[in-house]
Amino acid sequence: MGHMSYEDAKKQVFVGFWILLGVTLIEVFFSLLGKGHIFSGAEDMNWIIWLTALIIVVLSIYKARYIIYEFMHMGYEVKGLRVSVLLPTALLIWAIIAFFQEGNSWKDRRELIKEKNEATVDEEMEVQGYLPQDVYDLRG
Amino acid sequence: MAKEVRDGHRRTILADEPPMATTTPELSQDHIEYEQGWDGGEEKPFKTSYGKLMMWYFLLSDAFTFAGFLIAYGALRFSMPSWPVPDFVFSTAPFGLHGLPLIFVTFMSFLLIVSSVTMVRAVQEGQRENKQGVVFWMVLTIIGGIGFLGCQAWEWNNLIATEHMGIRTNPFGTHTESGVYLDDEHGDVYETGAEQERFEAGQTYLIHKEDGEWLQRSYQLDSGEKGIQEFGPKAFGALFFFITGFHGFHVLSGVIFLIIITVNVASGLYMERRNGHEMVEKIGLYWHFVDLVWVFVFLVFYLL
Repeated sequence: MGHMSYEDAKKQVFVGFWILLGVTLIEVFFSLLGKGHIFSGAEDMNWIIWLTALIIVVLSIYKARYIIYEFMHMGYEVKGLRVSVLLPTALLIWAIIAFFQEGNSWKDRRELIKEKNEATVDEEMEVQGYLPQDVYDLRG
Repeated sequence: MAKEVRDGHRRTILADEPPMATTTPELSQDHIEYEQGWDGGEEKPFKTSYGKLMMWYFLLSDAFTFAGFLIAYGALRFSMPSWPVPDFVFSTAPFGLHGLPLIFVTFMSFLLIVSSVTMVRAVQEGQRENKQGVVFWMVLTIIGGIGFLGCQAWEWNNLIATEHMGIRTNPFGTHTESGVYLDDEHGDVYETGAEQERFEAGQTYLIHKEDGEWLQRSYQLDSGEKGIQEFGPKAFGALFFFITGFHGFHVLSGVIFLIIITVNVASGLYMERRNGHEMVEKIGLYWHFVDLVWVFVFLVFYLL
């Protein structure tokens, strides 16, 4: 915070403390709301779960930005440094989309395998197959 | 004519005339160049010192490591039909307190935020070359870091020794359908409403362990089907201990470096360098990064 006087910079640090603490408490509040601790029944409503999750993620990104830009002084470095450090993290957006998609796919496949394992073969249906009847009789 | 001399990997430009003896005895030109870390004149890449820039790039690489772990957690969580609910798993606090969802970890976050703030103050005092101030705020930062590690030690101890979670066992299972628990002795549904213990879909339970034996309670679903409490996804325990352990290891090494640098500050080493206590600034960057990672560990493990 080299752009301001020492006294102002000192004050700014404690403003930052209250911002981070306040945002953390708001996050915990929304997390508990989504899990049905604030009022029961909220945990059964899908849209509340997704909305609170979205709010919490946005607030966390805000906290991260505040720490990087103010506490780590990234906001006062030259643009080249900012870009060379922060831009590569954009790759993570792709990683998140790809791996969450992958995780979902694993679940779907597991369920499919379980379903097929539990499926039973209908004997009557098999008898009405295309092959001559004695083929099925031999198997019996 | 200026002459270029190679000395190892360092390059020095020698002027024809020997330089005037303007350097102060306690701070040679060599020392200044070493501190700046860059060869080749006045222009500094990104107008910053070598040490700070390399700290930024180290932190970038570390951020990718943590992101890889946290994304793996997300992928595995998405791949399971059920996952332990964090506000049930993390609802215990010291002094025998129970049923306080997320309160203890919120306190842990608070400790890290406080130690981050004191670190900013230490860096500010360092830029004013105020040795006493730097030592004061860095000691507070170290106390915050040690406090965080103590809380994490308690949390781990509680999960391992009391709740018997390990990297291969996860006693936190989750119901996927609602139903009632059965009488442990006869395996019947309780007749009276008072004794009947209902559970809802999505509710997480802890399988208790007594005398080395797991007590998996039996239940009857609303569909009439009977079953016993199953263990939760194994990956949960392994991911929890690995990722929070990796973060805790960062905090631990941060505390060790903070102690070393505080001792150096107190000895007046960085006053001699006259670069606004740049070493304090560099360890400050690392310490804020530890706080930054915790923002996301807190988000992924506890809040969502």
